[in-house]
Amino acid sequence: MLTGLSAFEIAAKVRAKEVSCVEVAQAFIDRVGQLDGQYGAFLRLAPETTLEQAAAVQERVERGEAGPLAGVPIALKDNISTLGIETTCASKILEGYVPPFNATVVEQILAADGVVLGKTNLDEFAMGASTETSAYQLTKNPWDVTRSPGGSSGGSAAAVAAELAPVALGSDTGGSIRQPASLCGIVGFKPTYGRTSRYGLIAFGSSLDQIGPLARNVEDAALLASVTSGKDPRDGTSLPNPPIDISALKTRSLKGMKIAVPDEMFGDATSPEVQAVIEAAMKTLEQEGVLFTRVSIPSIKLGVTTYYIIAPAEASSNLGRFDGIRYGLRAEGKGHIDLVEKTRSAGFGKEVKTRIMIGTYALSAGYYDAYYVRAQQVRAIMQQEFAQVYQDYDFVLSPTSPITAFKIGELNQDPLALKLLDYCTIPANMGGMPGISINAGFAGGLPVGLQLLAAPLEDESVLQAAYAMEKALPSASGRPPMP
Amino acid sequence: MATIAPALHSVTKMKVTTLKAGRCITCIMGLPLLSDQAPYPRREIEEAQVHLTPMAITLEEVRHVAKLARLDLDEGEIVYFQSELNALIGHFSDIQKVDVAGIVPTSHAVAMQNVWAEDIAEEGLPRVTALRNAALHRAGLFVVPQIIED
Repeated sequence: MLTGLSAFEIAAKVRAKEVSCVEVAQAFIDRVGQLDGQYGAFLRLAPETTLEQAAAVQERVERGEAGPLAGVPIALKDNISTLGIETTCASKILEGYVPPFNATVVEQILAADGVVLGKTNLDEFAMGASTETSAYQLTKNPWDVTRSPGGSSGGSAAAVAAELAPVALGSDTGGSIRQPASLCGIVGFKPTYGRTSRYGLIAFGSSLDQIGPLARNVEDAALLASVTSGKDPRDGTSLPNPPIDISALKTRSLKGMKIAVPDEMFGDATSPEVQAVIEAAMKTLEQEGVLFTRVSIPSIKLGVTTYYIIAPAEASSNLGRFDGIRYGLRAEGKGHIDLVEKTRSAGFGKEVKTRIMIGTYALSAGYYDAYYVRAQQVRAIMQQEFAQVYQDYDFVLSPTSPITAFKIGELNQDPLALKLLDYCTIPANMGGMPGISINAGFAGGLPVGLQLLAAPLEDESVLQAAYAMEKALPSASGRPPMP
Repeated sequence: MATIAPALHSVTKMKVTTLKAGRCITCIMGLPLLSDQAPYPRREIEEAQVHLTPMAITLEEVRHVAKLARLDLDEGEIVYFQSELNALIGHFSDIQKVDVAGIVPTSHAVAMQNVWAEDIAEEGLPRVTALRNAALHRAGLFVVPQIIED
């Protein structure tokens, strides 16, 4: 079946003219139509645009000019701006908003001859870890539809796991690519901060946000990462480095690889069943020659607090732009301020309001030094501690999520428990490090993700290591129960 | 009016759900996450309460923050956010204990110096495109409520 193929396989078949781009696009549009009622992964498709783009790519295929993503349909998290396709951030405040421009990553995908398939569900403004704060719909985990796919890129993760798209883009502010990838048994990669342009990504925490791929194997994730990286003059935080180079993806041996395993991400920090799967995977990798060393990185324990000050502080500022005047929802009000207040109150959901409130509080007079400045100092300590570890080790390994996929609704009465799901993923955002989650095995029939972190700009290395690990852990791959 | 109570209430609530879910919410403060079987250590519950109580945010502060954030909250929401903020900010106390003497705060993940764009004129968004998403526009302009009184 076409829809079960990897992105690499699709592009190869398209280039070999075994199948046309339009056939590929139509196969995915049909599959989403048939199955997404069960999963709720997509907020919307844009079949006309998709088929138009596919037809244009096919012309280039005929001329022998097709790019690396030739005809590959790509699902985009709905906080990534798409020209002419509604983009809502799963919020009522942006209902009906149609961006007048494409995000840089979308331009890059189109330039590589990929095709936009549709927009996927997320926690409202990417604030959450279960995709339950979406103002529109719930997304279900393809491994067990009574469970959450994780979040906030839960729609992208579910779409890829259920073969509704070969690959997808998500965004990761505190783990929002890696955690849902882990819960859905797929690969999720957050590049080094600055390697992928944020232009057109509707901002949440600007110093933490990074766009990255979700895929069913490391090779596909690497392909999409290579296409969507590189310097972008429209993003002032974009790094001058060239795009992520994947030409040496398959060359790295596990033999002699030095990996640090932080005590703070094991032991009591992780559920016993997740830990058992990760330890079994480590044993296998050890037999392949990986050298694991237990280390201590004390600041990891401060990550969640630091994140829940810095991210809401940045969000409270970023979300100030939603005022009902230039785009999005507009409520009636008596005068300008009343209109703005009523618009924001009607348009934002509870979780978004909570984060705006926390952020505003942490930045307000009298608390700025105690919370925001101090969190920035702890962030510096965390960066220093990780930098020290990277002097002696190639990578840091941990579970991605402390637990497997949880029941929908199970954690949303306990907001702190939900926030702890990012415990192992937050340090990568704080330090700008690249991080990847690959599946390590299963616990009770549910996938368990393994996270690999590396020093900033080591994107190529971390992808190479993840590729080698994926090959060494064949029993970790699987397909959810579905047609 | 309840000013301190919501903070204590949220501790009780968290304690119950924590025991039930078998996960320790207090590892947000650097304390361990426990297995389903492990009993919740009393000492840590007490610590959690100690952290929360002195941080209580008043309803008046919640109203002030809502005003700064341009959110029009009703009384029910004010009480709700008081409890939410107290619960979360109570947990922020772990970073208060960290020795940060001499540590330069970092606002960014990857150190960068000033970034300059080439000074080249580029086409902006056409006016009609820029206005397309506005709820109200007239004569090529966004319509806003009157700001200055007559």
